[in-house]
Amino acid sequence: MRKLLIWLPLGLFLGFFALFASGLLKPDDRVITSKLVGKTLPAFSLPAAASDRPGLVSTELATGKPRLLNIFASWCLPCAAEAPQLLALAQEGVEIDAIAIRDARPDVDRFLARYGNPYSRIGLDARSGVQIALGSSGVPESFVIDGKGRIVYQHVGDIRADDVPMILQRLKDAR
Amino acid sequence: MRILVALIAILFSVSAPVMGQSALPPAPYANRQISDPVLERKAKALMETIRCLTCQSQSIADSDASMAGDMRSQIRERIMVGEEPEHIRAWLIERYGDWVSYEPTANPILWPLWAAPFLLIGLGLLLLRGRIRRKRK
Repeated sequence: MRKLLIWLPLGLFLGFFALFASGLLKPDDRVITSKLVGKTLPAFSLPAAASDRPGLVSTELATGKPRLLNIFASWCLPCAAEAPQLLALAQEGVEIDAIAIRDARPDVDRFLARYGNPYSRIGLDARSGVQIALGSSGVPESFVIDGKGRIVYQHVGDIRADDVPMILQRLKDAR
Repeated sequence: MRILVALIAILFSVSAPVMGQSALPPAPYANRQISDPVLERKAKALMETIRCLTCQSQSIADSDASMAGDMRSQIRERIMVGEEPEHIRAWLIERYGDWVSYEPTANPILWPLWAAPFLLIGLGLLLLRGRIRRKRK
């Protein structure tokens, strides 16, 4: 027993060493996903964020056809980088609605004039209230909503060019 | 000297504005206390145990991120209309998972954590018993 115990400190040391080494080699995943995936959208009603698009009410997302809900902001750089991919999706016939986070109408108008407007409706969430209710942790994020208003997929971060086929597939599967 | 000037010139040339936070002013109760000190204490206690989504190692009470400010304001406003802090915590956990709360829950994966103090006390008692016995001999 005593002989075995003498190895305990070394064993502990090796254990901790392995733990720290694995932490260094494979850093933590810091992406926080919404726990509402698979559940119905929370109810909300937002005023219009842009001059030429209506605001957004949660019931308008349950239209019997899958839709994409994009969370963006005019002050967010990755959102500008994402714009061409959203335009490509809109060209494929995807209906995209959006929520602008902590934004102001002139800024949203300027953003859309500069990067294009793939959105049908844009709601203004000036105090991130709906964003928090959705379990979203940043901008940009996109939610695939099925015809019944259920969240079936959450994409954290900007949609890159090589994500577009995957998003299209998700929308097709949500039918 | 010339190198120093060049370095200073480089320093100033790269200080372009960085976009990444909203230009909108903070929400009404982000940095303002509730006038009722009892409610404010309740809100503060909750805010100190809710994790910031932007600065993930800070609580929303400590963080200056705009989203943390919005969460503080939302928590204060909800407590002002009579919502219980634990109800708000549950609401947030429903959306972000246990991750968002610094308060450990009774989740089975945390049972070793709750058991740790008892195990350590038990271990200490065993050691103590061994010591006392040896002294008697």
